[in-house]
Amino acid sequence: MDFLTLLQVLDSTVRLATPLLLACLAGLFSERAGIFDIGLEGKMLAAAFLSAAIAFVTESAWIGLLAGIGASMVLAGIHGLASITFRGNQLISGVAINFLAAGMTVLVAQSWFSQGGRTPSLMSGDRFEPVTLPFAEALSGVPVLGPIYDELLSGHTVLVYLAFAMVPLTWWILFRTRFGLRLRAVGENPAAVDTAGVSVVGLRFAAVAICGVLCGIAGAYMATALQAGFVKDMTAGRGYIALAALIFAKWRPWYALGATLLFGFLQAIALRPDVIEAVLSFRVQVQLLDALPYILTVVILAGFVGKAVPPRAGGEPYVKER
Amino acid sequence: MTLKHTFMGAAAALALTATGVLADPAVVFDLGGKFDKSFNEAAFNGAERWKEETGGSYREVEMQSEAQREQALRRLAESGSNPIVMTGFAFGNVLSEVAPDYPETTFAIIDAVVEEPNVRSVVFKEHEGSFLVGMMAAMASESGTVGFIGGMDIPLIRKFACGYAQGVLAVNPDATVIANMAGTTPAAWADPVKGSELTQAQISQGADVVYAAAGATGVGVLQTAADQDILSIGVDSNQNYLHPGEVLTSMLKRVDNAVYDVFAAGDAVETGVNVMGLENEGVGYALDEFNADLVTAEMQAAVDAASAAIIAGETEVHDYMSDESCPALSF
Repeated sequence: MDFLTLLQVLDSTVRLATPLLLACLAGLFSERAGIFDIGLEGKMLAAAFLSAAIAFVTESAWIGLLAGIGASMVLAGIHGLASITFRGNQLISGVAINFLAAGMTVLVAQSWFSQGGRTPSLMSGDRFEPVTLPFAEALSGVPVLGPIYDELLSGHTVLVYLAFAMVPLTWWILFRTRFGLRLRAVGENPAAVDTAGVSVVGLRFAAVAICGVLCGIAGAYMATALQAGFVKDMTAGRGYIALAALIFAKWRPWYALGATLLFGFLQAIALRPDVIEAVLSFRVQVQLLDALPYILTVVILAGFVGKAVPPRAGGEPYVKER
Repeated sequence: MTLKHTFMGAAAALALTATGVLADPAVVFDLGGKFDKSFNEAAFNGAERWKEETGGSYREVEMQSEAQREQALRRLAESGSNPIVMTGFAFGNVLSEVAPDYPETTFAIIDAVVEEPNVRSVVFKEHEGSFLVGMMAAMASESGTVGFIGGMDIPLIRKFACGYAQGVLAVNPDATVIANMAGTTPAAWADPVKGSELTQAQISQGADVVYAAAGATGVGVLQTAADQDILSIGVDSNQNYLHPGEVLTSMLKRVDNAVYDVFAAGDAVETGVNVMGLENEGVGYALDEFNADLVTAEMQAAVDAASAAIIAGETEVHDYMSDESCPALSF
């Protein structure tokens, strides 16, 4: 495998890892606050649909992005209402959101555009275009670093850079701010937070809202940056892979970056059977590579590679007085 | 469990009986959905054409999950629909169980052979159509490398790939054909993001024409090919219009004709195996105003000559499904 091929695989890794990373960080905020969220998939799907639809109607990818975030926030709000305000089962609420999104997107798209549950294709100006970083062309001649800068780092859409910038930001918010401390505490011991006079409900709603924003960006990225429109079920299980990555990352931001890049890399390398064959000199079944993220997660959960301990109050609604 | 069955049965019966009068034909769409811009949509177009021309009405059911297949067929048959057309190989097993229970009803299945006296099995010679577009791909390619992206990895899709590779090699014996499948589950028909990434991967291996036989996943393939300024080839329905000037051609599989024929014949439809190939315009390539500038006269002449040779039996295109192997491509 030559250097350029490696860069191309890594380039593909970045594109594939971006929606996973955003969804993973979304889940991280929510679950750190004690709200399990398997509705990441549904929120991404709803955001993908509305961002594509609005971008088509308004001819602006940015307004589409806002609409996508809005759609995702509405679903996040429903999840919050069900699991925080009414103390419902968080897993059931998440499943319901996934079904709701899968059905509603197609239904609304069909009655809106009559194209069979998809949105019309976006013209090139209505999508997020790849951004060429400064001097990328000029520096591409520099050995090793030039191609890395030109091929790998440059030429992604602005949402990709935003997603990667979210990692240090998430770390800073969670571990260096008062809000973050309280948010983590509410996921471990909400009674203590309540005793300190801080609103458990408010904090949890804030976390769920942040989760909605990040899922919205992830969905918009898929529909208006990677693709040029919404197609039925286009998230194709990425929300679940993001959940697996979250467990793999043990609910930590930097680990989440590593886990999603690893999963993205596994997906990217699965697209290049020729490269695998050249490197390993035997043929690996593509199906095995597709299954690897899940296998790795099971290995982690079984405790072979360290222990993944979820936030202690996760999944349980907070009841003030018993 | 029984209660659940009763409810589900009642709901399905309600849904179906509410839609039409007795003895209307019916069509059942597979999981890709009837607006997949491709296979199922072709079936839908055929049914709509019949409706427009005759003023008749028909019933339709869109599959939402694997589990609904048998239920849908039985409900349609019990409520008197005749004939019942279903699109997709996946109905094969179910139909061979259901068909004997309703000897008065005629079923038609597309893309699979079910040997029952009241079943019409419509199969297409996709390898022949794919051979023709493979020739065009090889002639349009400047790099000598062309790609194929399939949906779910099933023998039928390999049949497309195999015919395509043979067509490519017939024009340029030194050409390289890269073939990838999007997955092994039905989700592989609806993952355009993966289709895009596969296209990128093939472009980085030098491909400059990509043929997508992947349902809605192909939407991503055609999109990325257009974004990266390489040519693509659509499938089943004419997809040239999706990206004018960027789609070289489309391999037409006239599912619409098959559905139309069955509907037009009504319950007198002939049963048995019905093979649609080049000779009866069951498959072919698309030429319209959107790709007129891409298809040269030389290309068209070569393809038409090959088509005539295949019909005459002078050129034989190997069918992957006949022996589960392909001389031109290894999977």
